[in-house]
Amino acid sequence: MSAPSRWGLRALGLGYVFLLLLLPLGLIFYKTFEHGLAPPLEAITSPDGLHALKLTLLMVAIAVPLNTVFGIGCALLLVRHRWRGNVLVDAAINLPFAISPVVIGLSLFLLYGTTGWLEPALAEAGIKVLFSVPGMVLASIFVSLPFVVRETVPVLQEIGTEQEQAASTLGANAWQSFWRVTLPAIRWGVAYGVVLTTARVLGEFGAVSVVSGSISGQTQTLPLFVEKQYENFNLPGAFGASVLLAMLALATLLAMNLLKRKEDA
Amino acid sequence: MGISVEGARKSFGDFQALNDVSIEVPDGSLTALLGPSGSGKSTLLRAIAGLEALDAGRVLIDGEDVSGKPTRKREVGFVFQHYAAFKHMTVFENVAFGLRIRKWDKGKISARVHELLQLVQLDGLSERYPSQLSGGQRQRMALARALAVQPQVVLLDEPFGALDAKVRKDLRTWLRRLHDETGVTTIFVTHDQEEAMDVAEQLVVMNEGGVEQSGSAADLYDHPANAFVMSFVGEVNRLGNHFVRPHDMSVALDRDEGMEEALVQRIVALGFEVRVEFVLGDGTEVWAQLTRGELQRLELRQGQIVYLRPGQTKSFSGDSRPGGDGASTSPRRRGGDDAEVSAAV
Repeated sequence: MSAPSRWGLRALGLGYVFLLLLLPLGLIFYKTFEHGLAPPLEAITSPDGLHALKLTLLMVAIAVPLNTVFGIGCALLLVRHRWRGNVLVDAAINLPFAISPVVIGLSLFLLYGTTGWLEPALAEAGIKVLFSVPGMVLASIFVSLPFVVRETVPVLQEIGTEQEQAASTLGANAWQSFWRVTLPAIRWGVAYGVVLTTARVLGEFGAVSVVSGSISGQTQTLPLFVEKQYENFNLPGAFGASVLLAMLALATLLAMNLLKRKEDA
Repeated sequence: MGISVEGARKSFGDFQALNDVSIEVPDGSLTALLGPSGSGKSTLLRAIAGLEALDAGRVLIDGEDVSGKPTRKREVGFVFQHYAAFKHMTVFENVAFGLRIRKWDKGKISARVHELLQLVQLDGLSERYPSQLSGGQRQRMALARALAVQPQVVLLDEPFGALDAKVRKDLRTWLRRLHDETGVTTIFVTHDQEEAMDVAEQLVVMNEGGVEQSGSAADLYDHPANAFVMSFVGEVNRLGNHFVRPHDMSVALDRDEGMEEALVQRIVALGFEVRVEFVLGDGTEVWAQLTRGELQRLELRQGQIVYLRPGQTKSFSGDSRPGGDGASTSPRRRGGDDAEVSAAV
C-alpha cells in the first residue's frame, strides 16, 4: 500500500473512532467535573444513588457466575458432544443478541406478570418476580447469556481433544482432566467472556427497565438511576453515575489485563 | 505385558477403518504397525489405548480383556504425533502430571521426574514451557511424561512424523535404546517402512483396514505374502505380473537370452547408490539400483539403449491378472475366509 493511502486509511479509522466513540464519552467526563467533584459525588452518595450502585453490583454478582458456569458447560456440550440438537442450541444461544432488550423484558412480563403463565404458582409460593430483584436478575441473565459461550467455543475448538486424551492415558478422570487441562487451556477465552458479560450486566437498561418498574431506592440499577436523574434535570447526578458505570466496566477490563500480564511474566 | 487384539472392527460412518483385525504382540517386544494413511494402523493403536471404542472384537493386555476398561485404567503410555503437550504447564509439570493424579508425595514426584528428564536428556529444561522447546525436545518430553507412570505398555502414534529428517533419525536410534533399557512392550505406528525396519523387531503391515502380513523385517522383505507387502516394504518394479527389486535388476550393454531392450531415461546419483531409470519397449517404466562402481564400469549415458535382466522375480497367485511363474507364491492372509485381493501397485 502506498504511503498516502496508508495515511488516509489511518486518518479515516482514527477519525471514526474519535467522532463516534471518544468525543461523546470525553464530553461526559468533561460535563461531570465541569463544576468540580462535589456535585457528581453528592448525587452518587445520595441514598438512592448508593442503592442503585449496590443493586447493580448484586446483578453482576449473581448473573456473571451463573452465566460463566452455564457458558462453559454449554460450550463443552456444543464442541465436544456432537449431536443434531446442537444446531438448535447454537441458534438459541444467540437469541439475546438478536432480540431487542425491551422485547426480552416484555416476554418476562408475559411469563411472570399478573396474567402470566407462572403467576398463580409464584403467587402461591409468595414469590414476587416483577418489580423486584428476582425479575431484574432474570432479565440480566437473559441479556448477557451468550458472551461466555461465544468466547469459549472457538478456544475449545482450537485446543482440540488431544491434551484431554493425553490426560486420560495418564490416569486422569473427566473431572481432573477438566480442571487441570481443559479449563487452564481455555481460561483466557472464558475470562474475556466474563468481562463482556460483566459489562453487559452493568450497563443493561431496556430489559431491566421493563421488569423493574424503576422504583427509586428499590428497583433502580445505575443505568436506570442515570435516566431518572436526567429526566429530573439533575445533570450532575446523571453524569456522575454515568462516569461511575464507565469506571466499573474499565476496572473489569483492567483486572483481566493485570491478571494476564502477571501470568505472562 | 503381551498385547493381543482379536477380531477388531471399527467403522467411522461409511468408512471401515478396521475390518476383522487380529494381532499378537509378545511381551517386551518392539512392534511397528506399518501402512499407508487410511490403513487403520492409528485406529488400531488408539483402540488398544481405549481412545477409540471398537464396534466388535476385544483387546487383551497381559491376558486380561480390557475392552470395557476406560483409558485411564488401562495403564498405557501414549505418545501422540503432535505431542499433545500441556501448553500451560512447564516441562516438569507435564512429566509430573500422571504422578500428581496418582497422588504421589512431592519428594518422590520430584525425584522421579528428574530421573526421567535425565533419561530423555531434558534435565536442564525442566522449568521451560513446551512453546520454548524444539519439536524433538517436545516429543522427548511427551515420552518422559508417558513413561513416568510406569505403564504396562507404551504406544506411539507416528511419534516422529512431525519432525525433520535428521532429528527423526536420532530419535529412532534413541527409542531403540530406550526400549532395550526399559524392556517395556512397545508398539509404534508409522507409514515409513525404513523407520519401521530400523526400529522394530516385529512389523505388522496393514492396508485398507486389514493385516496383510506380520513378521520380522527380513521375513517381510524376502518372503512377502502378497503384492502389497512386496511393494510397500522396500522398492519394487512391476513387469507385467512379476515383481522385482531394483537391486535385482542386472544391466548389460550386449544382448543375451531373456533380456529386454531398454532406454536409459535418467541417471540419479545418490551418494554410493545410483538410481537409473529406464523405459521398456512396451512403455513400462522401471528403475535399477546400481553402485557407483557398476555405473562407471558400464559407462551409462542418458538416451542409450541397454539390456535388462530381471533377477529374482516374484508373482502372487490371486493377483489381479492370473498366471506367472514367479519364485514364490503364497496366498494373501487376511482373517478368515476373506480371500479377495486388491493389489495396490
